[in-house]
Amino acid sequence: MTETTTILEERKDQIHLTGQGAIDIACNRESLAGAVSQRACVFCGSRVVLYPIADALHLVHGPIGCAVYTWDIRGSLSSGPMLHRLSFSTDLQETDVIFGGEKKLEAALIELIDRHHPNAAFVYSTCIVGIIGDDVEAVCRRVGEQKGIPVLPVQSEGFKGNKRAGYEAACKAMFKLVGTGDVGDVPPVSVNILGDFNLAGEIWIIRDYLERMGVQVVANITGDGRVADIRRCHGAALNLVQCSGATMELAKMMEEQYGTPFERVSYLGIEDMAESLYKVADFFKDKDPGIVERTQKLVKEELERLMPELARYRKDLEGKKVAMYVGGSFKAFSLVKAFRHLGMKVVMVGSQTGTKEDYAELEQITDPGTVIIDDANPLELSHFIKEKDVDVFVGGVKERPIAYKLGVGFCDHNHERKEALEGFVGMLNFAREIHSSAMSPVWRFAPRRANRIAAEKKEAVNE
Amino acid sequence: MSSAAIIRKKPNFVSTTNACKLCTPLGASLAFRGVEGAIPFLHGSQGCATYMRRYIISHFREPVDIASSALGEKQAIYGGGPNLKKGILNVMKKYEPALVGIATTCLTETIGDDVPRALLEFKNEFGDLDLPETVYVNTPSYSGTHMDGWHGAVRSLVTQLCTGKTPDNGRVNILPSLVSCEDVRHLFDICRDFGIKATILPDISETLDGPALEDYVRIPTGGTPISEIKEMSGARATIEFGRCMPPQSGGTSLEDRFGVPNHRIGLPMGLRESDRFFETLEDVSGTPMPRRYELERGRLVDAYVDGHKYIFGKRAVVYGEEDLVVGLTAFLSEIGVDVVLAGTGARRKGLSEAIARVTDGVARIAPEVREGVDFHDIAAEAGTLAPDLLVGHSKGYRYAKEWNVPLVRVGFPIHDRFGGQRTPTLGYKGALTLFDRVVNAVLEKKQSDSPIGYGYL
Repeated sequence: MTETTTILEERKDQIHLTGQGAIDIACNRESLAGAVSQRACVFCGSRVVLYPIADALHLVHGPIGCAVYTWDIRGSLSSGPMLHRLSFSTDLQETDVIFGGEKKLEAALIELIDRHHPNAAFVYSTCIVGIIGDDVEAVCRRVGEQKGIPVLPVQSEGFKGNKRAGYEAACKAMFKLVGTGDVGDVPPVSVNILGDFNLAGEIWIIRDYLERMGVQVVANITGDGRVADIRRCHGAALNLVQCSGATMELAKMMEEQYGTPFERVSYLGIEDMAESLYKVADFFKDKDPGIVERTQKLVKEELERLMPELARYRKDLEGKKVAMYVGGSFKAFSLVKAFRHLGMKVVMVGSQTGTKEDYAELEQITDPGTVIIDDANPLELSHFIKEKDVDVFVGGVKERPIAYKLGVGFCDHNHERKEALEGFVGMLNFAREIHSSAMSPVWRFAPRRANRIAAEKKEAVNE
Repeated sequence: MSSAAIIRKKPNFVSTTNACKLCTPLGASLAFRGVEGAIPFLHGSQGCATYMRRYIISHFREPVDIASSALGEKQAIYGGGPNLKKGILNVMKKYEPALVGIATTCLTETIGDDVPRALLEFKNEFGDLDLPETVYVNTPSYSGTHMDGWHGAVRSLVTQLCTGKTPDNGRVNILPSLVSCEDVRHLFDICRDFGIKATILPDISETLDGPALEDYVRIPTGGTPISEIKEMSGARATIEFGRCMPPQSGGTSLEDRFGVPNHRIGLPMGLRESDRFFETLEDVSGTPMPRRYELERGRLVDAYVDGHKYIFGKRAVVYGEEDLVVGLTAFLSEIGVDVVLAGTGARRKGLSEAIARVTDGVARIAPEVREGVDFHDIAAEAGTLAPDLLVGHSKGYRYAKEWNVPLVRVGFPIHDRFGGQRTPTLGYKGALTLFDRVVNAVLEKKQSDSPIGYGYL
């Protein structure tokens, strides 16, 4: 397949090679009609951010699809209530579309609130709601007053932008909760964790580190999240914002209204994990002088445990090539560094929702010749996997079959992962995961590899 | 038992919790995927295609590309026609498809986009290009389920591609409904053994269950050839599976327009429904049942006898697509399992009548039949239903776990087990596989619940 047919003309400025001219990736544009994009929609963005709030009711207002395709799809764990793992929908029918869905929405909300007694309810608008013009806000206000809980509309009509717009809509909905709780008992050395969704229990790892440092976590936003915590999270001294900007909007709004500063952090990989903890220690060192030392001790202990085990995997993985396509590019920064610890070479990095600044930073930390790509589609991904002769592909569930069809190892680093990859222990899990992807004997039977092995054998005989 | 199944008044909830159905365009996308050289194309916002791809991929474990016209706010106001045309052009450039199967979504149905008109304009504007076939189907997701999308897409393929009477070609059209890739392969084998040249529409046996490849292909090989679809009017008969199908279908379209006799029978699941299928093949082909299938049938009856005691009187809850539920209920009732509830998320499909017919003479109790159910409805009655096992797709797992009963996974989607796309369910062979699985599920439960640790069961 030639370059010209693989990369649609209009997509060319969304792909860049590190080291080749100034980077000027066009991003955050609407997906191109007719391209098979990996991108989702506004609703998807809102749903993934809010869904882990475990004691809230999440009602999808629309036809059945949007609710059913997002039923318990992520492994966002909860230490208590599990309401978030149910899929609620108004299941709009033709008559609702003609006569309006407000009555049904109101009845459904009341029915579900009476049944489950949630501490708040989020009502997600889907495409069709934006067209038929239901006054979702009015319904939410009425039911909220009647039931005495916050009922929050999420303006997530699918077509009104991309996933990033959905993140913003989610943040706006959550922001209405912030500031409504009592902060009297919030200690001065305290943080909120933003942008972690507790996949495979990851937020518990981070909370454990923070607790060992003497930092109290006020609210998980949103992994293992609780409505009451979010209501009082403005009492925390600092917001830690991880990944992709899914919750960046909330951090910015909190900074503006409550003066809560934020730090961008990442819990993936060794450097970023340690650096994130040190940032927190540094922030609180005036209030708690012992915190720096406690943090150093923690990092040292964790690394002493981790490094020897990591070395065993590195021995096998040295020199293998990696391509990655992730949701947010902030995650990509951490992964690029993490792969260095495994001795692996990153040859392609792509993201669904990266910004210009993100891509500029990616160019800084990747080797010359690395492909940097925004909003890729399967053909492009497969093109580069083949061209770069990739050993392991890191991506989400939609990319897995492409990698497997081409006989390339795959690591699920997206929201459906069932292994904790954050924290120091997560780095070890990550190494194990990559190791079991790259080192399996099955790749030799995949045609791509089988034919190469046969060709090499033939060459050896001829020599 | 001769009385018709009873419909007890079901609890009338307004909200839906854990739905037992999928949306209409998903079914259309799956059906289009079974045509050679075709790419499914959703006319709507980007999220639909991405969500459905993810959902389908997790079952089939194959790359599934679904294009989208990716409407934004502007197009939602001014109409999506231009995006649709541009999208088709882009898909042509990237995939070089032989066919673009366009399904609408709730968004484009509600804004009132006129797809046939846009397609006509498209053909006029770009007539100088080598255009692919375009087939469209109206699939508003607020109307019906994925099965309506599937049947609608099949009918659209037939009506829009097969437009003239072709000379008799002696072929037999089979419209198999949504069955596993292995099932489609089995149908081809059966037809071959009857000496029948079959046009199976759609044929997902290769397009959704392909081999490992050296080079990525834009559109997988396999699928019903378009040339064969165009010649379905010359077939000697059509056999379509589904007792709950819409009155207007691919098969009736061929019968009404070209006089191709349409044999509408149930999904051949279990002994009796398979018998009907093989009888139909004998009728259509004039060939007696090949010995291979006589043996398969004999082995099935032999197995039924060997295993009957393990499962007699076990109470099963069956859920899923309407016709799958009918097929499974036909099978379960004839092996002595009491189907206590047969439920589907679909509405107004005549499920009660179909169930009454397939359980007549074998079932000891009339199954509770429910249309328009979700899992909350089913769970609300778990106490009185007291099931020993669940039979259906993998979304029933949380309930099976809660009730501590086995789940026999059949249908779409299977997201929590391996090999769902290769599960045989049709014909005597499929019935035998199902029978083994049901018996073993019961045995496994008995063994693991017992402190004794029986080595013989």
